[in-house]
Amino acid sequence: MNAVKQFVRNPMGVVGAGMLLVVILIALLAPWLAPYDPQVRVQVTPDDILAPPDAEHLLGRDDAGKDVLSQLIYGARVSLIVGFTASFMSMFIGTTVGLVAGFYGGRVGNWLMRLVDFLMVIPDLPLMLVIIAVTGRGLTNIILVIGLLGWTYTARLVRSQVLSVKERQFVLRARSLGASAPRIILRHIFPQVVPLVIAQAVLDISVAILAESSLAFLGLGDPTLISWGMMLNFAFERAISRQAWWFLLPPGLAIVWVSLSLILIGNTLDQIVNPRLRTHHLFDARRMVALAVGVPPLAKADGAGE
Amino acid sequence: MEMRSTPILQVDNLHKYFPIPRHVGDVLARRPRRSVRAVDGVSFTVQRGEILALVGESGSGKTTVGMNVLGLQQPTEGHILFDGYDVTEWSRGHGASLEAADRFLVPLSRRRRVMTLRERAQMIFQDPYESLNPRQTIFDIVAEPLDIHRLTPSRTERRERVRTALETCGLAPADHFWDRFPAELSGGQRQRVVIAGALVLEPELLVADEPVSMLDVSIRAEILNLLRALRRERGITILYTTHDLATAGFFTDRMAVMYLGRIVELGPTVEVLSQPRHPYTRALISVVPVPNPRRRRQRVILEGEIPNPIDIPPGCRFHPRCPEAIPACREMDPRLHPVAPGHDVACLRV
Repeated sequence: MNAVKQFVRNPMGVVGAGMLLVVILIALLAPWLAPYDPQVRVQVTPDDILAPPDAEHLLGRDDAGKDVLSQLIYGARVSLIVGFTASFMSMFIGTTVGLVAGFYGGRVGNWLMRLVDFLMVIPDLPLMLVIIAVTGRGLTNIILVIGLLGWTYTARLVRSQVLSVKERQFVLRARSLGASAPRIILRHIFPQVVPLVIAQAVLDISVAILAESSLAFLGLGDPTLISWGMMLNFAFERAISRQAWWFLLPPGLAIVWVSLSLILIGNTLDQIVNPRLRTHHLFDARRMVALAVGVPPLAKADGAGE
Repeated sequence: MEMRSTPILQVDNLHKYFPIPRHVGDVLARRPRRSVRAVDGVSFTVQRGEILALVGESGSGKTTVGMNVLGLQQPTEGHILFDGYDVTEWSRGHGASLEAADRFLVPLSRRRRVMTLRERAQMIFQDPYESLNPRQTIFDIVAEPLDIHRLTPSRTERRERVRTALETCGLAPADHFWDRFPAELSGGQRQRVVIAGALVLEPELLVADEPVSMLDVSIRAEILNLLRALRRERGITILYTTHDLATAGFFTDRMAVMYLGRIVELGPTVEVLSQPRHPYTRALISVVPVPNPRRRRQRVILEGEIPNPIDIPPGCRFHPRCPEAIPACREMDPRLHPVAPGHDVACLRV
């Protein structure tokens, strides 16, 4: 409840969330919002090809005479699906690997980190290109490739944080109470890395969206779906020479829009979830609790502020 | 107060060495393996309901003793008997240390035995800003021991036990505190939460590792009075480690003075403070400030620093700094021997 309130109070977060919400709504309502169905073949005359914007086609037409605005609206679906699922996968794998490698250390931790190093030194995009070229250009393949290759940085981040958290005294306290390893990891270590993971996951969404766009731009997008990257690909190959800015700019700006909204949200979330940035008992006198022996509890006096 | 014949805690010839990792260069130069000898032959006994102070400078090994007593570290050598059961034996002969046993895949029966120790002996940590999970509420922190040991038959009973523990420790009314996070409490209040979290299991032994050194002087006495009241009302045994003779003198029954991993003097607190026999103890006591400006005393200022526990001096380990050292001190390592009933000193000259 408190976190929601704080998020709402932060203009950066509100703007980011608003921007993202717009995109999500557009993606959900695409069939109703889009003036034309971008998948349907249309009969075109030479005048329709790369026709500039007019009242009927607000963002003009592409090289096949199809409505650009409709493609843009449907493209949001692909970007969001790829972004969210792939980053969720990376977050899950990266956090698990990081927690295990950091907590157990030793041989297990070393092998896991060598695997991370191995994946890290291979440039992502060429590897993705090769894998997609071999396995096929389906949407599932694209999501899997982005998700399965994108967790290394999260794993590093989580591991380094775990290494410092597990030496803290409250972990020693948990051990002295007899807490089991899973309990220590889940109750005492995981909560300390959550803010990092969330901030990283939100950033990963935009990274995944960019990766998908890059793949599509290079011609390895799912051929059955229109995505922003693929629009850029077509525009780059066919529209630039004709100065058809209405085909090139909208998908590029849409990608910027989504990435920016995610970065704004990510930063705001980090500020809220990280209690070190929020309260200290010396910062705000009203948060102090009096030893209430005959003293009226202070919290009631400013109950509204809690 | 209930007195049984078995002492609650017997520490017998405890050694704890921490090996120093060797670099490739060390191996090539055939330098020997070396280790930090944090605790180097410590023996003492604590009776039920007793408060024993382990006093020493930082680096003297007092915290390491506490950690070994609770099985949080595996002793290099020696035995620790808790209520007659050998804590060190539980983990020996299985190829795994207790540290590893804590981690994973322990045969269940052994885990159950370790859990008995975890339930009956509790630790209070030095730094109340570090020993509480910042993302748990006070309630969860105090209730967690009950959950770990599955001692919570009903929710109401769980609440009541947490309430009792908090209110015993002076955090009353408990409802006022338990929804809060540690960041919202002051240092003294946090230390009370730490103590409440230890008390909720009704332990027989508390290892208090410098529980007041991070607190304001004004709060220290309150916490120490709380510990003393726990002993009086519940007969809890306390092993109190500190570098502060004044607080140790304030509420402990017996005192063990440690220097470089050994006990150099052990006896009733009053006697050790009024008639210190070991030169090191005398030096420590002479520098405790006395709130009387007219009283002039001879201060013994020790030369130099506490030596590195990697290179412990031969003979008596205190001789390089000892103002009363004689040539024999360089060769002979003195043993702890009685100088009065219940008062032992490790010094050749006593």
